Amino acid sequence: MPSNPATKSTGRYSVFALAREAMRMHSGWKRAWASPEPREKYQVVIVGAGGHGLATAYYLGRNFGITDVAIIEKGWLGGGNTGRNTTIIRSNYLQDPSAAIYDKALKLYENLSQDLNYNVMFSPRGLLMLAQTEHEVRGYKRTVHANRLQNVATEWVSPERIKKMLPIINIDGPRYPVLGGLYQERGGTARHDAVAWGYARACSAMGMHIIQNCEVTGIETSGGAVRAVNTGKGRIECDKLALVVAGHSSVLAEKAGFRLPIESLALQALVSEPVKPCCDLVIMANTVHGYMSQSDKGEMVIGGGTDGFNNYTQRGSWHHVEETVRALVETFPMLSRLKMLRQWGGIVDMTGDRSPILSTTPVGNIFVNCGWGTGGFKAIPGSGWAMAELVAQGAPGPLAAEFGLDRFREGRFIDESVAAGVAH
Amino acid sequence: MLTLTCPCCGITADETELHPGGEAHLKRVGPGSSAEAFETYLFARSNPKGVHFERWRHAYGCGKWFLAARCTATLEVFGTYLAQNAAPPPEILAAIRARRPDWTPTAIAPRDPEPAERPNE
Repeated sequence: MPSNPATKSTGRYSVFALAREAMRMHSGWKRAWASPEPREKYQVVIVGAGGHGLATAYYLGRNFGITDVAIIEKGWLGGGNTGRNTTIIRSNYLQDPSAAIYDKALKLYENLSQDLNYNVMFSPRGLLMLAQTEHEVRGYKRTVHANRLQNVATEWVSPERIKKMLPIINIDGPRYPVLGGLYQERGGTARHDAVAWGYARACSAMGMHIIQNCEVTGIETSGGAVRAVNTGKGRIECDKLALVVAGHSSVLAEKAGFRLPIESLALQALVSEPVKPCCDLVIMANTVHGYMSQSDKGEMVIGGGTDGFNNYTQRGSWHHVEETVRALVETFPMLSRLKMLRQWGGIVDMTGDRSPILSTTPVGNIFVNCGWGTGGFKAIPGSGWAMAELVAQGAPGPLAAEFGLDRFREGRFIDESVAAGVAH
Repeated sequence: MLTLTCPCCGITADETELHPGGEAHLKRVGPGSSAEAFETYLFARSNPKGVHFERWRHAYGCGKWFLAARCTATLEVFGTYLAQNAAPPPEILAAIRARRPDWTPTAIAPRDPEPAERPNE
């Protein structure tokens, strides 16, 4: 592994740097990444400076030595779903290809702060998925068995043990009794903005260009391969183009002349006023379409379900929030007195089998990374790792091999509707 | 909250009374069709940021399916019409053009399904 490139421009973050800056009134901190104007040509252009796009760029540089890279972003860095999710990290999926890529991501998360020299506040506090119907009990027990074969440590826990782990829970129902749970001790959360910022800093230090407020208006192709992208800041030529834009994937694919098996839906989350520590696990309850964790500030971070109709507005329907909160209040009665501070929405890119797409496309040298749907944050490092491999080599490596677009034609679905249907 | 008028029973219903059914005017392909034609029919979606034609069911009302023209970028509803229409009727297209003069139907038309080799066998 090469020495950390982030040390070049911004200085290495350490206790000594902190002490040095404390002595001089913190006047020496530099900007974590540069904001250059785009050049006329790059080897690789990545559209989307969210977690997945930045991670793709980072691993292109770190693993393949490709640093002639621009990451262009129509809004601000990490301002899409990277800044809107509920920061849950886990790898307890059912199918082998999912377990491979999500567990790769989890393993990278475990050392990400050291790797990037940037504190992403990874907190492996344990993750518990509640089974509240007989179907879920069977589904999660099956997942535990599958995880054991995949070498992903998860276990089935009884309602009594859940009550001990989490005293605020009401396991008796009556509408949603807790019948058990799927527990992954290594699961947890991380600080979502810091993940984007840490990757951005490391990319910038390798000489990559991060260009914000730069919307793609067109994609130029010739002879069936990409030539350039037209943007709000002019025409940028590229040898390879990676589209890593989540909710707007269909919009960009149309500019390049192909369609994706994706529909864009709104997904909402909300956060309460801060309270004293009461919940040191990440809780997911798929039956009631809700999931919750307590942030370091003490806020209860709550995520809901997706709307059923196509939507690009980053606003969801109120009744989904109402459903989520109504069910969570029954399972966690102490929530009923909490005031909610903020509520927001993001646009998620849903595929038919609830698994992502990392793939070549009908246009030469255009690659897509999308379809992470309601659960992309947890996958960021693994997704970037696999996508960098795909872009650098022009063909998928072992992690991305099963996630190609051709699986929809050939019927090789990676069905994660149980693991990923709603809750994340 | 999204509000649509059911063209079957005439009731203006809130979203909670309705069930969304995805993109409208998809052409079903026959049993002899190619894998590509099935892929297009089953999975490829226009998913536009803008005017979208879609299916809805008045689930907690008359129970009938109907179609709606709606903008996915603003949530504006241009109109609803009966599901028997194979294409958006002229008055709906006029309502869309009145509000979106620059609108053109999605640039990439879905690939025409290949003729079935053994139709209705």
